[in-house]
Amino acid sequence: MRFRYDTSYRQSGRLLRGPREWLPYAALVAVLAVLPWVLPSYYIDEATYLFILAIASLGLMIVTGYTGQVSLGHAAFLAIGAYAHAWFLSHGVPLVASLALAALLAGACGFVIGLPAIRVSGLYLAMVTLAFASIVEQVVGNWKAVTGGYSGTAVPSPSLFGIDLSSSTRLYGLCLVILVLVLVALVNLMRSKTGRAFAGIRQSEAAANALGIWVAGYKVLAFVISAAITGLAGGLLAHQLQFLTPDGFTVVQSIELLLMVVIGGLGSLRGAIFGAIVIGLLPTFISGIKPMLPPKIAAQFGLDIFVYGAILGFFVLFEPLGLNGRWRRAKAALAEFPLHRAQRHRRVKSYMKSERYR
Amino acid sequence: MNPELADILQLVVNGVSIGSIYALIALGLVMTYRATEVLNFAHGDILMASAFVGWGLIAGLGLSFWVAAPLTILIAAAFGYVLDARVIRLIAGQPQFAGVMLTVALSFMIRGGVSMAFGPTSRTYPTPWTGHQTHLGPLVIADLNLAIIAAALVTTALLFLFLRKTAIGVAIQAASQNQLAAYLCGIRVKRLNSLVWAMAGGLAAICGLLLAPLALVDVTLWMVMLKALAALVLGGFGSIPGAIVGGVAIGLIEQFAGVYLPDGSRDVAASLVLIVVLVIAPHGLLGEAHGRRV
Repeated sequence: MRFRYDTSYRQSGRLLRGPREWLPYAALVAVLAVLPWVLPSYYIDEATYLFILAIASLGLMIVTGYTGQVSLGHAAFLAIGAYAHAWFLSHGVPLVASLALAALLAGACGFVIGLPAIRVSGLYLAMVTLAFASIVEQVVGNWKAVTGGYSGTAVPSPSLFGIDLSSSTRLYGLCLVILVLVLVALVNLMRSKTGRAFAGIRQSEAAANALGIWVAGYKVLAFVISAAITGLAGGLLAHQLQFLTPDGFTVVQSIELLLMVVIGGLGSLRGAIFGAIVIGLLPTFISGIKPMLPPKIAAQFGLDIFVYGAILGFFVLFEPLGLNGRWRRAKAALAEFPLHRAQRHRRVKSYMKSERYR
Repeated sequence: MNPELADILQLVVNGVSIGSIYALIALGLVMTYRATEVLNFAHGDILMASAFVGWGLIAGLGLSFWVAAPLTILIAAAFGYVLDARVIRLIAGQPQFAGVMLTVALSFMIRGGVSMAFGPTSRTYPTPWTGHQTHLGPLVIADLNLAIIAAALVTTALLFLFLRKTAIGVAIQAASQNQLAAYLCGIRVKRLNSLVWAMAGGLAAICGLLLAPLALVDVTLWMVMLKALAALVLGGFGSIPGAIVGGVAIGLIEQFAGVYLPDGSRDVAASLVLIVVLVIAPHGLLGEAHGRRV
């Protein structure tokens, strides 16, 4: 067991203390920065896609993982971000301003639908986001002037301060920078008063309320932040896809996002990134194992939906802490190696708790 | 009677008949929610799957509708019972979002399973009422619509009698009001909860069987779930009469939106109602003025 001995407030406020903590992250960033010169461009595109998914998944993690409110329609914010970004770009707005506007617009939509829903009960948010996603799908399909309808719309190629960013390595760099910025911002947010309020609400709304936390306000705030970050990811996704059609933003996409947070482990930013990596690679994996299945099953198009459902159910039932929980267990076991206690992580049995009031 | 009024009456009849299906779906959702505090997002998919089972029995095995319908209802009810007893019970005591995610996971598994088993093509099957019409003054009503309204009325009445007059029904009500107190009175709460899920599964099967001849047996049939959710919110979440009133209201709104509002608004009408109701009156039409034990 190691104890921390801080001699000043600044020391205890640092994100990473000592080389033991920051060296692995520095190494990771260095490796990621060098990758574009090493890997062929197909893998660079895949990695860019994973970064974008990770940003979206971080967005959903704020509201579902930290605050405990499920959103079943986050693909709608992805769509809003993507289409808004494409529209702003084609009207001559510079890249950074356009991304910010897309994020703001998604956040504003989140505010409008989250405000009435989230105050009442978490279930309403699940219902409203499902309904909202279906509305956005219809709007995107039918509002031809802005979205190009079902025939789709092309995304102008990105350029920053006169530098063309459309090549895959440069887009990779842009997405990596934004992912790191979002991650650092969220890590700090979660250490702040706001982040602790979110976690408090997830644990118990009554307790949070009794401690003077404005429960309804913080729930809406969490949803708005989440929608804005997902909108930002949508803007980047527009560049990755280069051509937007409505069928990229369906309920299946929403469930993929939900899967990322659940698989990664609710309530951890690291988990959101783990989840994004796993789910981002899952379609490749499924198409990889398809030849091994009997052809009658492999040819059907419902297979991936079924697999998504099965994975989500498995993690909710048997592994609620997700991959991050496993990671932490492994880390703890390593740290106290010979004295490791296996029973330490046993789940505590819980009983039916009513969330109703009468 | 002038033709405009006749048109409106025609829309009302159609709206009430489709709305009574929504009401039945919403009823199933409310029952499971009151018993186990899980909002079953897989309800629409159980409905869709039972429509496929019904098609399989009628068109595949060549059974008559009157044999296939009860069989489908029984299968769906058994599925609901097993679902609660084996799966849903595992998350008792966990926060609400666990229930939402588990049922969403189940809904995707059912959807994927059905499209793997039956393929993506949509299909239909004959019912005793297909193609028949009743003339009522200037109105032409498809017999199917009448059958739907009748079935919804009969089902609701039977359910009402069951919950009010039989010992098991009263026990179900008691268990959904206070599980611990009910348990201490000697009620087998677990078994009753599973029974409620079985009844909800049966209700979903009835809705699926009635809806399929109207809409086509298709994987996208689960989308009626959205309309039932709108009905729930409009009627007041958690209230059984509210679910019925809300369902019929959503059916009517949808029919009128399809005729009097621009293209495409019919598909989003229910979703819009859901959001607007939450903005204006979050407790719905008949909702109890309840807060939440936070």
